[in-house]
Amino acid sequence: MTPPAIVRAAVRAGLDLIGITDHNSAANVEAVLAAARGTPLKVLPGMEVQTKEEVHLVCLFAQAGAALAWQETVYRRLPPRENEEAFFGCQLLLDARGRERGREKRLLLTSTDLTVAEVVEEVLARGGLVIPAHVDRPAYSLIGALGFVPPGLRVEALEVSQPQNAEQVAGALAPGCRLSLVTASDAHSLSDIGRCATGFYLRGAALTELRQALRGAGGRKVVIEQRMWFSP
Amino acid sequence: MKVADAAVLLGLEVKAGRQGLDREVLAGYTADLLSDVMARAPRGSLWVTLQTHENVVAVALLIEAAGIVVTGGREPEEAACRRAESENIPLLTTPETSFTISGKLYALLSEKEKSCAGSGPTCTSIPLYHPARERK
Repeated sequence: MTPPAIVRAAVRAGLDLIGITDHNSAANVEAVLAAARGTPLKVLPGMEVQTKEEVHLVCLFAQAGAALAWQETVYRRLPPRENEEAFFGCQLLLDARGRERGREKRLLLTSTDLTVAEVVEEVLARGGLVIPAHVDRPAYSLIGALGFVPPGLRVEALEVSQPQNAEQVAGALAPGCRLSLVTASDAHSLSDIGRCATGFYLRGAALTELRQALRGAGGRKVVIEQRMWFSP
Repeated sequence: MKVADAAVLLGLEVKAGRQGLDREVLAGYTADLLSDVMARAPRGSLWVTLQTHENVVAVALLIEAAGIVVTGGREPEEAACRRAESENIPLLTTPETSFTISGKLYALLSEKEKSCAGSGPTCTSIPLYHPARERK
């Protein structure tokens, strides 16, 4: 999964907007943003943070700089342990052409000691938005780990890993809960890119528009796509 | 066995919900996925977990838990303590691991079952001697 290959696969899958959200890291977002320059694809820099409760939260930012600043906080809140490539694989840092720039030495595949609420508040303060990932799964999910969406948590939406689970998740939300549901491929390989997607009805592929669409503001909306035609 | 007894015998620190210490411990349950606890924990459980989030208290109420034991020396979040206090759910902590504390709790509950067999409603569940008690 090199930056140029990701961009090509996303364009081929008919996507207009993707997020780059590595586990506890934003170290490759600039490379993908650069690889997408001059293509019709818009890339949002971000990160999938694993909280203290073992909840995965997708954080999205408008600018790579904001994602990288957030990364500094996250790195400080990781346990001081080195990656063991034999167990966890290598944590490659790539450039826009897909060449190795280096390897991240600290172990990323673990929990930060940030709580769910701390991540949400910190990311909001930095102008980003937070979407709890794959809440329809038992593991590493907000609803799996914490039983239900904590009241008052300022997230913008919930993501389901399978479009067909959206209805069940929506039905289990507290009455009056107005969170939008979205789905994304959570692609860990090129062939997953475009596996499922969300249609955003908005005035341009920008984070501010995305936020408004998730809130249903000004006629904007989000619709989980049924990509029956998709074949990797 | 009341939660207060378990607290003494297991050397637990009471963080909040002292008013609920006279709740009866009917069972034990150990899990950190709250969705699983909601689905499977027996009523009256002393629930052993390393989760410290406020939702722990809400789930404890839902399953009518006897109390919550947070393990590994983790500190329950302030919001969790406040909620436990207002709901009178005992929120206890221990530096020991979930494994160790669950093993000790299991032994206590089994002891209780043995000592209660055939003795009718007057049985007392607390062993006469226990090192943790002796220390107090």
